[in-house]
Amino acid sequence: MAAFLSVSSLSVRRGGRLLFEGLSFDAAPGDLIEIRGANGAGKTSLLRVIAGFLRPARGALQFKDRADPQAALHFLGHQNGLKGAVSAHAHVDYWARLLRGDASDALDRVGLRTQAELPARVLSQGQARRLALARLLAAPRPLWLLDEPAAGLDADGRELLTGLIDAHRRNGGVVLAALHESLGSAPSQTLDLSAA
Amino acid sequence: MNAIIATFRRDAALLWAGGGGALAPLGYFIGAVVLAPLAMGPDRTLLTAAGPPLAWVAAALAVLASLEKLFQADLEDGSLEQMLLSEAPLEALVFAKGAAFWLVVGVPLALAAGPAAITLQAPLERIPVIVASLLLGLAAFIGAGLVGAAVAAGVKRGGVLIALLVLPFFAPPVIFGASVASGQDVGPALALLGGCALFGCVIGPFAAAAALRLQAE
Amino acid sequence: MINFLANPARFMGATAWMAPVFGALALVLFFIGVRLGLFASPAEQYQGETVRIMYVHVPAAWWSLGIYTFMAGASFVSLVWRHAMADLAARAAAPIGATFAAICLITGSIWGAPTWGTWWEWDGRLTSMLILFLTYLGYLALISAVDDEEKASRLAAILCLVGFVNIPIVHFSVEWWSTLHQPASVLRPGGSSIDPSMRTPLFVMAGAYFSLFAALLIAHMRASVHRRRVEAARLRAGGAAP
Repeated sequence: MAAFLSVSSLSVRRGGRLLFEGLSFDAAPGDLIEIRGANGAGKTSLLRVIAGFLRPARGALQFKDRADPQAALHFLGHQNGLKGAVSAHAHVDYWARLLRGDASDALDRVGLRTQAELPARVLSQGQARRLALARLLAAPRPLWLLDEPAAGLDADGRELLTGLIDAHRRNGGVVLAALHESLGSAPSQTLDLSAA
Repeated sequence: MNAIIATFRRDAALLWAGGGGALAPLGYFIGAVVLAPLAMGPDRTLLTAAGPPLAWVAAALAVLASLEKLFQADLEDGSLEQMLLSEAPLEALVFAKGAAFWLVVGVPLALAAGPAAITLQAPLERIPVIVASLLLGLAAFIGAGLVGAAVAAGVKRGGVLIALLVLPFFAPPVIFGASVASGQDVGPALALLGGCALFGCVIGPFAAAAALRLQAE
Repeated sequence: MINFLANPARFMGATAWMAPVFGALALVLFFIGVRLGLFASPAEQYQGETVRIMYVHVPAAWWSLGIYTFMAGASFVSLVWRHAMADLAARAAAPIGATFAAICLITGSIWGAPTWGTWWEWDGRLTSMLILFLTYLGYLALISAVDDEEKASRLAAILCLVGFVNIPIVHFSVEWWSTLHQPASVLRPGGSSIDPSMRTPLFVMAGAYFSLFAALLIAHMRASVHRRRVEAARLRAGGAAP
């Protein structure tokens, strides 16, 4: 199957320091690529480069027939992207408009239906992370870039996350995730940045 | 288009609800207006001449003091990254945020300037002109403010810094606006003030969006 | 040229001789200019001896504007080509330009006291210069407030370019404003017709200011390159605190 995303000999530099160099890999529809590495190895930076927030020092990214790659991906970083005064429901609604999607069942699927009208500031850490996961569902986009997606989630939450990733892969989506420990979903490839 | 309208509505609601909302800059404005006659003395002729320009200075200060709210939270909580992933251009989303700021912070300030100018002994017939000039002038202020707020968005407690960065851009609208408000050369000054507002609305979002892309790195 | 200088090593090679040469040139020109300005040129018909402040004041005004223009050019190059040396050039020029603007304001005020009978006049030129000075201060404050040096340079470059568009607007609006408030009764210093005996020292002093700027700019840029090399070497050495 043709690669959705090809990364060739990528080097990333932050604050005068070379994080990694010569990184190449392909991601095909249905893939889960785990990114491993010690703290400071460049896991977050790699995801931010693919998201187009950061420029690589060298190398190229190629997205299959995408004029605007940023409109084809979701980015879930360390920050959840939530406003304390805004309700869960209004968040999902906003994301659906901003990122062009459909908000209707996103909160149900992450198990926040009863909290839909609560402002984000009263949600627990795990609930806030679930709300951020709802963003992935509020707008259908083929590539998910997840940075420590399980941070703050309890066992149920991790199971939910695994389920979402599996469903996304079955639908031909691609997931790149920076992880400390594996999720239930079996990775098709593991990149170890510390080794590079 | 949907993304732009949604951003405008969300920002307007957030500004209205959060951090003192529209009340904080309004209170600041009234405070500055009250201090002026206390410092100058209640002399009517002095105040009649100084009143309209003082209303302008107070409005400019109130905007300066609240610009920090524009982008800092978006950068810290990760909302900026989501704006970058929208199909709508970041420039348009920044424009929407500026427009929301104008509606929630600017319009109440311009309206409050009416009664404030009356207490400063401005002639009654000049009140509508003062309010109208401020509606335009606040758009110019906010256009420049977008740039200052965006380049300093990553600086903790950057309020004073933003005020310093933006101050030089306030000079032209203050000059033309205060001239309109005091009834000197109203026609040309109003046209030039409109030019400042237009200029701010065009350059502001472009420069601010460029700065925000750097901030997201 | 621009591409050639983008590499810090080549920049260091090409500029090694420049700082001392421009420094020496500045010294010589200041010496000649001060001699000509203070002793060899005539006093002015109406202002008398006080006109000699012009030789300090007017070149400072010219070059504080000139340096801002230079910074805007460097900022443009920095933003379009991500050019590291252009970043350094803009950063290094800013304190020099701010100092020139301050010199211009202070000498203008001193000049104003005997000629206008007041230490400060809200005249179009002084007011525009004051706003240029504020623009410099904002640029310097932003540079020092942002921790990441590279990000600070690029953000300041955006501010610098927007400020560059602002300066003619400020100048025009202040001119418009000062004609509104004061009919042209103020004696304008450095008017259009200057006697050749005054023009020569003025131009020599302008050359001296420029040489001083060039010497300080290059010395500052070279020091920054050295500092970065030391920092990089320390980082490579294993992050042990010195």
